[in-house]
Amino acid sequence: MIGMPLKTEPFVVNFGPQHPSTHGVFRMQVTLDGETVIDIKPIVGYLHRSIEKLAEERTYTQCIPLTDRLDYLASMSNNLAYVLAVEKLAGISVPERAEHLRVIMVELQRIASHLAAVGFFLNDLGTMMTPLLYMYREREKILELFEMVCGQRLTYNYMRIGGVSQDIPDEFVPGLRKFLDEFPGFVDEYDTLLEKNEIVLSRTKGVGVLPAQLAINCGVTGPSLRASGVKWDLRKTDPYSIYDRFDFDVPTGTAGDCYDRYRVRVQEMRQSARIVGQALAALPRGEIRARLPRVIQAPPGEAYGHIEAPKGELGFYLVSDGGIAPYRFKIRAPSFINLTVLREISIGMKVADLIAIFGSLDVVMPEVDR
Amino acid sequence: MDYIYHLSRIMDAIAGWLNGFLPDWLDIIVLGLIGVVGVLAFVVPSLMVLIYIERKLIGRFQIRTGLMRVGPHGVLQPVADAIKVLTKESMTPDKADKTVFNLAPVIALAPALMVWAVLPFAKDLHFTDLNIGILYVVSISTLTIIGAFMAGWSSNNKFALLGAMRTVAQMVSYEVPLVLSLIGVVLVTGSLSLVSIVDRQTVPFLLLQPVGFLIYFISALAELNRAPMDLMEAESEIIAGYHTEYSGFKFAIYYLAEYTHALAMAAMVSSVFLGGWNLFGGWFSGSFIPQYIWFALKVYFIFAVLVWIRATVPRMRVDQLMGFAWKTLLPIALANVFLTGLGILVFPDNDLLLAVFGWLPIPVGLLWLRFKPGAVERGGREAVVRSEYQPTLAK
Repeated sequence: MIGMPLKTEPFVVNFGPQHPSTHGVFRMQVTLDGETVIDIKPIVGYLHRSIEKLAEERTYTQCIPLTDRLDYLASMSNNLAYVLAVEKLAGISVPERAEHLRVIMVELQRIASHLAAVGFFLNDLGTMMTPLLYMYREREKILELFEMVCGQRLTYNYMRIGGVSQDIPDEFVPGLRKFLDEFPGFVDEYDTLLEKNEIVLSRTKGVGVLPAQLAINCGVTGPSLRASGVKWDLRKTDPYSIYDRFDFDVPTGTAGDCYDRYRVRVQEMRQSARIVGQALAALPRGEIRARLPRVIQAPPGEAYGHIEAPKGELGFYLVSDGGIAPYRFKIRAPSFINLTVLREISIGMKVADLIAIFGSLDVVMPEVDR
Repeated sequence: MDYIYHLSRIMDAIAGWLNGFLPDWLDIIVLGLIGVVGVLAFVVPSLMVLIYIERKLIGRFQIRTGLMRVGPHGVLQPVADAIKVLTKESMTPDKADKTVFNLAPVIALAPALMVWAVLPFAKDLHFTDLNIGILYVVSISTLTIIGAFMAGWSSNNKFALLGAMRTVAQMVSYEVPLVLSLIGVVLVTGSLSLVSIVDRQTVPFLLLQPVGFLIYFISALAELNRAPMDLMEAESEIIAGYHTEYSGFKFAIYYLAEYTHALAMAAMVSSVFLGGWNLFGGWFSGSFIPQYIWFALKVYFIFAVLVWIRATVPRMRVDQLMGFAWKTLLPIALANVFLTGLGILVFPDNDLLLAVFGWLPIPVGLLWLRFKPGAVERGGREAVVRSEYQPTLAK
């Protein structure tokens, strides 16, 4: 160095709560040294709606719409996790047709959620909305299918305790077949554009490496965990519903960087399409809901229902005192727990990497704050 | 009809008429002003066209229809936007350095307009034939950096400061390959004047200097801060970069400056590498479509390519961007200068053999990319770049 040393000092920047890439209202108090991140303080709570407390004032069935408002990109999955917990608590069995319908909806929901996740991740890398809008073209088709089934496009409120709210209409099956035929081709289309793109590779490979040990210690689940090479998928390790009947693979990554998280999501979409195809082929006729009293009362006790939601392990822990409403309603939100590693894996990276890492963790704020 | 075909004759007629009764010094001033109006008459409507092209094309690339509402197929949208942005409240942050803050947009816009002084629109249709034309363009367009930096510094906003920091680093770095890529063309032509460069292109220099063209194009992307090198206003990272705090009229000026600059760069590319108003080697220079229309079409085409790139690729990271300028573009640009010089030394009058030398840097460059120190195989995994950072906080 020459001459007089310049006096420099780190400075604090607030990314959020209003920021183009915080996916809602998340605030990162970032300490920067030039372009390098030296500390992050994540601040959450801007979207707290007290859902866990609200649920204690509602009957078991009335709680279902509340779960829609958690991860709004995957309402079907939230519904399923909750009704599974209640069914476990009250010991209710579900008809075959309803089980198949649930699997079809939840796997379609996984595709829709991953499409949004991958699209927004690429948007965070700076692709000017283009991949996002292509992803949304596919997501739109899924939303149309959901609209056929339950009339809603975002908050479905479709699952019921002991089944689903209504049977599929006649036009649903042909529509779904058409979607399943076209979908792998579209995924290939995105791959040709992005998977071998030099800039995508250089921006994502080796960025935000999440070691398997750290991921396990922090309780990270879902695609972010599998990208680190841990083969942990509740659909395989603790099969709920009728997942043990389907043939599918669990894609895993090796390095645990942003690129692997992105790849795992893309491959999971293909696997989900496989599951939907199998469930559709095996769809039996019959009842769509178990015959239950109008107001469900669970015996005193507790139950934990969990599923492999698109973001990770989504669990509902319910305690019953024998009444018509849950005594305690606790949500294990994957987004919130996955967010805890953000600081660990982003320190020392550049600002642009921080945004990419946050996007690759696929966090949805309403689920974090509840 | 003849006057429409050769706009330069209108200028000659006006000059002859004015010469009759005005003293010499006033004559020069009045003619200069008429020239400025003439250049603006191309630039300002072109900006509207560019904004329309960009938004419409991006819409189509993104499987949308793009502008559709105002006027047929949304052609009046740029006008509506202009009215909207000019009538909006123009705010200045409390803690901003007011003078610098207000001056910055003007300083950003002025150089982008000044570049047009030396660009030839058609045969004999140019504001002035400066004998150091290329040098003038390169040096003037660099001044935009100052406008951006002033904006970032005076806004008293951390995002703006980050944007300004990136601006200076990036633009200064990319000046080097940008200038070097033009040297090949200057060597072939033997002149720095843009007018003689366009006249010389019996074959577009794109064929003689493909590497120069590529490097110039990439560096121009960085200079224009367009994707994939739009780091200084990276929306997903630092909101809007150096002009985060600008609104209303002042923001409009930044917007205009950006597009004027893009237009000027596109005009440079089409003049220096695509033959300017010559339609590919002057075969059709006597055709019924006026030369300035050809020129404008080439400029718009180059701009459409910029939009295409913007709609497709993600943004580079700041260290990768710098590395790309210094480790990749600069060596290839130097190789290009060397090989072109060698070609001219050996075959001074043979365009075909010169072209061979012009294409040589491509295999050389590919070899360099393959074997340069620290090269990774495509798709290979680089080692984790995580600096062992020990922060020293200020006491």
